[in-house]
Amino acid sequence: MTALAHVPTSSGQPAAPPAARRGRYRLLPYLLLLPGAAWLLIFFALPLLQLAAASLYDPSGSLSTGYALTWAVGNYPDALQAYWPQFVRSFAYSAIALVLALLMGYPLAYAIAQKAGRWKNLLLVCVVAPMFTSFLVRTLAWKTILSDNGALVGLLRDVHLLGPDGRLLATPIAVVLGLTYNFLPFLVLPLYASLERLDYRLLEAASDLYASPLRAFRKVTLPLSMPGLIAGTLLFFIPATGDYINAELLGTPNEYMIGNLIDSAFLVRLDYPQGAALSFLLMAAILAVVFVYLRKAGTEEVL
Amino acid sequence: MRISRWLADRWVMGVALLVLGYLSLPIVVVAGLSFNRPSSRLSYDFNEFTLDNWTHPCATSDMCDSVVRSVQIGFIATLVSTVLGTLMAFALVRHRFRGRSGINLLIFLPMATPELVMGTSLLALFVAAGVPQGFWTIVIAHVMFCVSFVVVTVKARLAGMDSRLEEAAMDLYASEWQTFRRITLPLVLPGIVAAALLAFSLSFDDFIITNFNAGTTVTFPMYVWGAAQRGIPPQVNVIGTAMFVIALLLVGVSSLRGRRAKRRS
Repeated sequence: MTALAHVPTSSGQPAAPPAARRGRYRLLPYLLLLPGAAWLLIFFALPLLQLAAASLYDPSGSLSTGYALTWAVGNYPDALQAYWPQFVRSFAYSAIALVLALLMGYPLAYAIAQKAGRWKNLLLVCVVAPMFTSFLVRTLAWKTILSDNGALVGLLRDVHLLGPDGRLLATPIAVVLGLTYNFLPFLVLPLYASLERLDYRLLEAASDLYASPLRAFRKVTLPLSMPGLIAGTLLFFIPATGDYINAELLGTPNEYMIGNLIDSAFLVRLDYPQGAALSFLLMAAILAVVFVYLRKAGTEEVL
Repeated sequence: MRISRWLADRWVMGVALLVLGYLSLPIVVVAGLSFNRPSSRLSYDFNEFTLDNWTHPCATSDMCDSVVRSVQIGFIATLVSTVLGTLMAFALVRHRFRGRSGINLLIFLPMATPELVMGTSLLALFVAAGVPQGFWTIVIAHVMFCVSFVVVTVKARLAGMDSRLEEAAMDLYASEWQTFRRITLPLVLPGIVAAALLAFSLSFDDFIITNFNAGTTVTFPMYVWGAAQRGIPPQVNVIGTAMFVIALLLVGVSSLRGRRAKRRS
């Protein structure tokens, strides 16, 4: 094949293949896609169907005797009735953690994008640095930081923010702090990417037109950072709601989230129908929240 | 106006540095605890300085076994997912075909689905199909959730590539294979390497999906999870610190090389 006849590819489709190649290899894209797509279909999509089936199994069966698919839709209300407090708690904890993360993450992303100058890359490395070490090990480190004998609890007791026997570990505060810490980088990175593209001259224009800094932030910075804010919020919220490591390691059964119960339904109590129903309820609830949120935020192009 | 701008600048930077402190604190604690001789098995407080944990990292041999297993799983899962994901990225960027949006959805969904749902659904499938859980079911699961991240990473590199370089090679009578070997591959390679590193770190650190599909096989995160109930050996912090240092070195080396390459061109 001589390629001398190439016309520069049109800009519509990035790097569109040369016409001659396209004709010769019509099947090639499908061959390239086949192994990966098959893997995802068999080990991602098919299991979701299996999980849906498992959530409709007859709950009186067991792993050893086998389950019968009886379309037992009642598994869903039963699971919800038994565990609605943990459901509410999962969403409440991750919502509070999200608010904390936004309060911390927005100034951080803004500072790195607009104020850091030549330190930008170093500060970005610091943001992702927690992910260089193991999730569980760094979560356990909070046990040391929040320990009853630790400096932090001592200080808070001295200034009477905590009573003489007050503690942080094994409280909702510890779990929310852990969630905030563990998923904060997922919020900061997309936010940074949006804010980095912000043209500082727009803010100067706003202030030349007598906008107060607060008003300039509300009318210029915030709307322009919206795509990053939405993506970051979702990247934070989805894993935080489904997390149960923080509740297990930093809390007590009183702080258990829905993940702890799904874990025990599948691995300890071996109640597959209930575990599957809980999993689907979690996914449905997260999808519903995400959907409403995207509608409100008015941007669908982030996905 | 000037003064308030100055204050606003410093205010934001101050908050940012505090937040970075919050993010870094646990790493400092992990590094510190790697030199600790705990007073009891269940104590998480700093007790006494020692180098023993670093000189005898495998004092609890279960832990070292779990690290080795995690590395093995990580290597296999990285290799498979990098190959599968790279092929998909090439198809998506370089070819036109029907069903593109369906493929895009299939790649996007695993990144948006809670790990808990992926882990439990895969377990439900393995149980229904009578597949015993163990080393290879973990590998299958890890490949599944790594592929999407590989596709996204390689795709970004491919899309940003100047296709005129390949056209120039072909204009100079390079065969398609030569063009691929000498031009395309070297240009995409940094993206593929980045994708492989990402896949390895995702695999090595995964707990939730692994926990549902491991059977009795113990990876490093699963070891830590189990040990959290029985008492954590201080060597866990040695592994945590070593992981951090290795990752930091990798980032440092790659950014130095990037800077040198930029200076050369």
